[in-house]
Amino acid sequence: MAILAPTSLSKHPLSSSSTLSQLTTPTIFGSKLKLRETEQTRFSLSTSFKYIFFLLDFSKAYCFLVRSNPGFRLMASKEPVGMTTKLGSDKIETEVGVENGCDLFDEMKHRFLSFKKQKFMENLEHYQNLSNGQAPKFMVIACADSRVCPSNILGFQPGEAFIVRNVANMVPPCESGPSETNAALEFAVNSLQVENILVIGHSRCGGIRALMSMEAEADSSFIQNWVVVGKNARLNTKSAAHNLSFEHQCRHCEKESVNCSLLNLLTYPWIEEKVKKGTLSLHGGYYDFIDCTLEKWTLDYEGSNLKESDKFAVRNQSFWC
Amino acid sequence: MAKQYTEGLISGLKKHLSDKEEQDDSCQKLPLELLGGEPNACYDPVERIKNGFIRFKTCKFDKYPEYFQELAEGQHPKFLVFACSDSRVSPSHVLDFQPGEAFMVRNIANLVPHFDQLRYSGVGATIEYAVSNLKVENILVIGHSRCGGIERLMSFPENGSAPYDFIDEWMKIALPAKLKVKAEHNCLSLEEQIPLCEREAVNLSLVNLLTYPYVQKAVANKTLALRGGYYDFVKGKFELWQLSPEVTPVIII
Repeated sequence: MAILAPTSLSKHPLSSSSTLSQLTTPTIFGSKLKLRETEQTRFSLSTSFKYIFFLLDFSKAYCFLVRSNPGFRLMASKEPVGMTTKLGSDKIETEVGVENGCDLFDEMKHRFLSFKKQKFMENLEHYQNLSNGQAPKFMVIACADSRVCPSNILGFQPGEAFIVRNVANMVPPCESGPSETNAALEFAVNSLQVENILVIGHSRCGGIRALMSMEAEADSSFIQNWVVVGKNARLNTKSAAHNLSFEHQCRHCEKESVNCSLLNLLTYPWIEEKVKKGTLSLHGGYYDFIDCTLEKWTLDYEGSNLKESDKFAVRNQSFWC
Repeated sequence: MAKQYTEGLISGLKKHLSDKEEQDDSCQKLPLELLGGEPNACYDPVERIKNGFIRFKTCKFDKYPEYFQELAEGQHPKFLVFACSDSRVSPSHVLDFQPGEAFMVRNIANLVPHFDQLRYSGVGATIEYAVSNLKVENILVIGHSRCGGIERLMSFPENGSAPYDFIDEWMKIALPAKLKVKAEHNCLSLEEQIPLCEREAVNLSLVNLLTYPYVQKAVANKTLALRGGYYDFVKGKFELWQLSPEVTPVIII
């Protein structure tokens, strides 16, 4: 395969200039990706893909451009889709966020190479050990919010924490059936045998706000379908904090939802068993990014009487600011 | 206006962080030394969380109050990132995403299921929020080497092991990727097929993204780009590619 120096592509990664025409399809994927129709597709489209590869090795960047399949099939759409714009095939199309398109690839390349140089190569033995297997002590369930990544705010380094991130850091109960969150729980607890699960909520959570704003349980959006997992938190909040402003109620609910998630964790028999034995601890956390404070508490299983009450005892309650 | 201000702050922050890292010893200290103190000491999870948080607060939050104050008012991330829950592949490390940059979903094998409001409401909620509310400009799905979920998918049930209740159900999303790899590379060993499936699953997720109407619309309007990535932590490499679907004009029959 022809290898080009990065500078020839740095101006425009989607360039189909003649200097690149000699490149061949990389074999890494075998055949070209074809569209598969799924049951839920709203429309049929034929796709041809352009792959811009940056295979980033230690000191060099290799760029491959695959010319897209020039032919395409027309398929009748099941519903009018209103998409009348044909995206480019051979031509370069300017895309959004891609006024940063070229900058974006460069930026990501730069970031990865910095990570590689400053962390990966500096701690090579550690990373080599990690590549053979992970043994994190934590599983963390955090919100997908861009401001609350546990790797940033709690400084978890590679290998330390198995992390699940979803809207409003929720844990559905066992009886709600399979979901991405409980698949991750099963892996972390039964396969990786983590010793701690931390559910961490945060201030100004959009998901909790949506939960508190819901008019009725019948809904039409994904967000509402998901956050209804926290309905007990909403009920508790409405009952305990009904005289507070909506903003304060949301704040109360953000913490209440963490506690509900901790209780939901105990609905999984293999989790409750380990907590009972003392090989697994459940922690709740609340990160307030307005003041930069962190509250943390641990569920006290022995001190709780969960058969009689929905409330549980806590220990090691801390507040750091 | 606020968004532009935030963008300016993000780039300012990145520049400061790269300048300051050389000057500040305590923030520059090898992170591994902070892991539980002495190598043989008893691991205290609470102490670990506390130390990690205090380090973040002193090295970042307190140093850039304006930036974090702006961020507290609202987030305007440019990215929605799907990454695996694997402890080794946090995009905040590998691609240095700073607070405010990426709305991030982490699940087993970084999968995006097709549109299904009942069955996959969790993932759907993140896509809906990121694309419709936050109006992210990029969706990046990052796969990785030695993915336990993909390995499970490729070897079960042929290996005769007992099923996992939830994991196996979740991994069914990636079944088309498995079938494709098995069909096209049946001469390869399982070990050789797994990395191919890790990448195919990313492509499958990118295609599944297009089953969400707001994603379709934003891609057609060119306000949203779909990208795939693959982090190989064995070789220390990163691959990045873009999905550029062609949508033909509507023909009324």
